[in-house]
Amino acid sequence: MKILVCISNVPDTTTKITFTNDNTEFNTSGVQYIVNPYDEIALSRAIELTEGGKGTVTVINVGEAGNDPTIRKALAIGADDAVRVNAAPRDAYFVAKQLAEYAKDKDFNLILTGRESIDYNGNQVAAMVGEFLDIPSVSIIKKLDVDGDTATIEREIEGGKEVLTVSGKLVASCAEGVAEPKIPNMRGIMSARTKPLVVVDAVAIEEVTKVTKYETPAPRGTVKLIPADQTESLISLLHSEAKVI
Amino acid sequence: MSVLVYVEQAEGKFKKSVFEAVSYAKAIADQQSTQLTAISIGDVADSELKELGKYGASKVLNVSSDQLKTFVNQAYASVIAAAAEKEGADIVVLSNSFSGKGLAPRIAVKLKAGLADGAVELPSNDGKFSVKKTAFSGKAFAITELTSANKVIALNPNAFGVKENATDAAIEVFTADVKQSDLGTVIKEIVRATDKVSLPDAELVVSAGRGLKGPENWGMIEELAGLLGAATACSKPVSDADWRPHSEHVGQTGIAISPNLYIAIGISGAIQHLAGVSSSKVIVVINKDPEAPFFKVADYGIVGDAFEVVPKLIEALKAHKG
Repeated sequence: MKILVCISNVPDTTTKITFTNDNTEFNTSGVQYIVNPYDEIALSRAIELTEGGKGTVTVINVGEAGNDPTIRKALAIGADDAVRVNAAPRDAYFVAKQLAEYAKDKDFNLILTGRESIDYNGNQVAAMVGEFLDIPSVSIIKKLDVDGDTATIEREIEGGKEVLTVSGKLVASCAEGVAEPKIPNMRGIMSARTKPLVVVDAVAIEEVTKVTKYETPAPRGTVKLIPADQTESLISLLHSEAKVI
Repeated sequence: MSVLVYVEQAEGKFKKSVFEAVSYAKAIADQQSTQLTAISIGDVADSELKELGKYGASKVLNVSSDQLKTFVNQAYASVIAAAAEKEGADIVVLSNSFSGKGLAPRIAVKLKAGLADGAVELPSNDGKFSVKKTAFSGKAFAITELTSANKVIALNPNAFGVKENATDAAIEVFTADVKQSDLGTVIKEIVRATDKVSLPDAELVVSAGRGLKGPENWGMIEELAGLLGAATACSKPVSDADWRPHSEHVGQTGIAISPNLYIAIGISGAIQHLAGVSSSKVIVVINKDPEAPFFKVADYGIVGDAFEVVPKLIEALKAHKG
């Protein structure tokens, strides 16, 4: 089984988010970058599915050379080899097109992504890759098992869950529950240095979206503290002042 | 030019988030001085379809076929894109629901359209069509211009609200060819927990963290949520410890929510947790540590032990409800 895992290079979850140039650019100064946490879950499941010589895992990232440490981290976690499409990622449409272009003649059985990236919170890439390749896609999955040519998937739906099967090629975006994220060990970190990382050129594609400005949420007012023995006051405030109950 | 809204049904019924998407799509149609058409896929009674008129849909395309009884995003995307082409719709609106998240990107590729998912406001009306959407898990918003001729928007739950706009909806049967290759996913089982409020859609959420000490103490959280008609949620350490399912984890690496009321009990308020809940309209924090960072973003707070405060809150709520 050949699995392609798409990884995104995102600011660490503890990053304080600020912008420069009149709020038109994300301020990268002092920001630590990591493998998108959901992509780590996808990668971990891919490694589990191919353990014991049952297949190979390739990671792919769309980005410039500055992303290489993040890609090496994915190799240290256990991917066999890596590809970087050499371009600054513009939007999900651009990224998905690059991933699909790479994957289209490589015969991957399974393409996995995280359920979303924690920077732009897009849920777009997996389903877009599926559409570009004209193969099924299942978004935000909670469980993934593969038996021969058939994948059995559990996904969340509003107020419940759905179990489905897909035969043949498939793209899926993984949420928590699919696998426990793996931590690279020393052997993994050492071997990651020598694993192949191929750099390929991007294909041209028309722009469909562009971020023109960022805003930060308005600061909230100060907290109104209520004594612990006056819970009825809280209920009354929520009812008559905040009007939410 | 027109606006098309996809109305997702569950067991033949529409939920509040659908009426919200229709209300939002109607406001865009008004902005663009055009008509709003809705498309429903699956078995839905005409009386239910007519309900969409209340929120501004003047036409409802009804697609019903054995092949499309259950949600298959590849096939549904083909049908919706075909409807958009037939109607001359250059703007397609969906709810940013679990299904919408799998569907909107496929429609966007079919229509060569830019997609704004997680939209929280109407598009700008300055000729640029910019949509404000959540980014960095609620730590910021990205104003995203859709530069393509066709546009797809997935609206976040509770971002716009339901607005009545009475119109008489004309129901029209719509059929679109579904390729066999679009039916690659086969639904084996759907399990609905009918007594629980769905977290992403919930207007009220009661959430608890490590301060609860163990899964055996969630009874009072569920009782409080039950009295309020709220969904239950939890912090990441709680789902990591398997005290609660991952599906209840809210925060930067869980579900981002924006309910009208978020009650956080025994959660200190790490930056990753706040990122996913800070767009809640009203936040109540109950924590025994007065220095807990969550108090800095809360509207109302009680400094106290959850095991003493929550039972009292339940009693006060029962008294309030009479």
